[in-house]
Amino acid sequence: MDKRILIKSGRIVDPSQGIDGTGDIIIDGGRIEEVVVKTPDSARKKQSAPKPNSRDITVIDAQGMIVIPGLVDIHTHLREPGFEYKETIKTGTMAGIRGGFTSLCPMPNTNPVNDNPTVAAFVIKKAMAEGCCSVFPIGAITKGQQGQELAEMGLMQEIGCVAYSDDGRPVMNSLVMRRALEYSKAFGFPIIAHSEDLSLSDDGVMNEGPLSTYLGLRGVPAAAEEVMIARDIMLAKLTGGKLHVAHVSTRGSVELIRRAKNEGISVTAETCPHYFSITEKAVMGFDTSAKVNPPLRTDDDVAAIRDGLRDGTIDVIATDHAPHHADEKLLEFDRAPSGISGLETALALSLALVEQGMLSLSDLIRKMALNPATALGIDRGTLKSGAVADVVVLDAKQEFVVDTERFFSKGRNTPFRGWTLKGVPEVVISKGRIFDIAGWKE
Amino acid sequence: MPKDLVSIKDLSKEETELIIDTALSFKDVLKRDIKKVPALRGKTVVNLFFEPSTRTKTSFELAEKRLSLDVINFSVSSSSVVKGESLLDTVRTIESYGVDYIVIRHSSSGVPHFIARRTRASVVNAGDGINEHPTQAFLDAVTMKEKKGGIKGLEVAIVGDILHSRVARSNVDCLIKLGANVRLVGPPTLIPLNPPAGVRVFYDMNEGISGADVIMMLRIQLERQGKSFFPSTKEFFRYWGLSAERLRLAGKDALVMHPGPMNRGIEIASDVADSPQSVILEQVTNGIAVRMAVIYLLQE
Repeated sequence: MDKRILIKSGRIVDPSQGIDGTGDIIIDGGRIEEVVVKTPDSARKKQSAPKPNSRDITVIDAQGMIVIPGLVDIHTHLREPGFEYKETIKTGTMAGIRGGFTSLCPMPNTNPVNDNPTVAAFVIKKAMAEGCCSVFPIGAITKGQQGQELAEMGLMQEIGCVAYSDDGRPVMNSLVMRRALEYSKAFGFPIIAHSEDLSLSDDGVMNEGPLSTYLGLRGVPAAAEEVMIARDIMLAKLTGGKLHVAHVSTRGSVELIRRAKNEGISVTAETCPHYFSITEKAVMGFDTSAKVNPPLRTDDDVAAIRDGLRDGTIDVIATDHAPHHADEKLLEFDRAPSGISGLETALALSLALVEQGMLSLSDLIRKMALNPATALGIDRGTLKSGAVADVVVLDAKQEFVVDTERFFSKGRNTPFRGWTLKGVPEVVISKGRIFDIAGWKE
Repeated sequence: MPKDLVSIKDLSKEETELIIDTALSFKDVLKRDIKKVPALRGKTVVNLFFEPSTRTKTSFELAEKRLSLDVINFSVSSSSVVKGESLLDTVRTIESYGVDYIVIRHSSSGVPHFIARRTRASVVNAGDGINEHPTQAFLDAVTMKEKKGGIKGLEVAIVGDILHSRVARSNVDCLIKLGANVRLVGPPTLIPLNPPAGVRVFYDMNEGISGADVIMMLRIQLERQGKSFFPSTKEFFRYWGLSAERLRLAGKDALVMHPGPMNRGIEIASDVADSPQSVILEQVTNGIAVRMAVIYLLQE
């Protein structure tokens, strides 16, 4: 780790410094030492390109590659402790690295729930021992995710939790949510809302609309998400707490968040690649790999999500990586669990937005690295001198077919199986440790 | 014909008509002294019911016996599902018996589709969740065709709990395919906000059944009470129940249908159920002929 690394001649994109240009990165002692961008001027002057002979140094030739800060996933399910048959911290972080993520934030819906410092410490220790990348746990807002009593959020923050969420089990009691947002101000962490009014979603399993009528599946209306986002925005306004809205999936949600931001309310929001890449039509044929919560929506919602990404209403692209065992997805549609294994496809699906001219590459990296880090208050998602050396060397032109058999994640549940996508991390550096992805076998 | 009958949506208009016409000819068989044909001797069918059913199961079983099929009944109570065997394992077990046909009912939508993709046997959907119940729609169509001479242009009002009704869904698909005009009538809470394409929706029953050729009443599941779909069965009957007085708004020749079992006095008045306009028991008879036709036609 104390070895020096030189990443040579790549196109460096780092929104935290406004960099988009060809140059070199020098890493030393697991930290970024220097980023040298060769402007046309400096190239002529043959400026400080570091000499590889000075000391033992690993040179990575990044010519024709894009070099970006390691991605930060604000919404991951690593399943450990309790559901190791779905995923472990080891396999999940391997999947993360393969997908270009060097920081993962596992949600607390494990068994036991991460609602106390002991479980938080277990996750962190396990990640240090077995994880390939950095892990910043998200603790539960309430004890047991029961939505009744606040968990020890302060004590968990001391251990290393960076945010709190009852993901998957929304805090239905508005007073408890108010208290959580209020209490968070003493510590500065965000409250992440899984926005779903459970009484409205009832026993729905897909988006409510003409297609749910057609398929005879029970629907979840867009309103189930939107009424909760509206409530939580009002509570953020009331309390001044920091609200982060998880996995935004509807047009109405985008509009609510846009309005809240215009009013100056402290709210950030994320969406996931599946909400801007595919629609509810993926459910046809009762395909459980497309069962996800919130459900896949309509073309109109997808258009609104893309607009929200473009105009900055949606700050973050997260994976909501939710691995499940194959047997669990091979069930009746009603009984199969919700979720998509997303870490190994998220970057390529998101790069499509750049290809389509929706976002600049810099904007995309901002949403996948800098913004999530900023929302969580962690010093990642940047290539600034002194930062932890989390770097991805990306071949943005390389195509690949999504082959779930080759996933590092234990979860092979994805509606993108068989898709041809573009954009492969060639080398990922996490805390100074080099992963050569193509040759990597664990 | 396709390998399976899991959805009416998979069938062409011609295939739908073939099923109905074949059922009508099987009906003649059912009038004979010996009501059995050797058509499928040596073949085996399993009735795989994950949901309690008496009527549909009996109807299928009779139809199968009339076709000389060997019949196995495999009822899986929901408790044994909870005990652990997965759907796929159950189906693989059944397939290992060497069956040719699987007739399946399940409380989850899409299960027949799931099974059909994973077995060589022909799969017949006997009702999946709130999705479809194709043979019920065919038997309703047979009844209408017999009584009205044809289906094209008929005004058919389906009344009651449309939202949770696989009977309604299949009837809409089947009737629209055959050229009928379909109206859905009921309280707004029990009609999908996004109704199927091509139907007209009425919240006012008087309006909805005026001039109808067929009134198809649906069973109100009593467990819907107390879930705020409607305030009481009394109020339901007041606004969406079929009384003799209300029936007069439809033509004198209007048929009254019901898939059974009926809740007399809740969705349908006793005297209407027993009136000459009611063809409810004929629907039951036609059910056997339709199920014979479907299984018979899937053998190709």
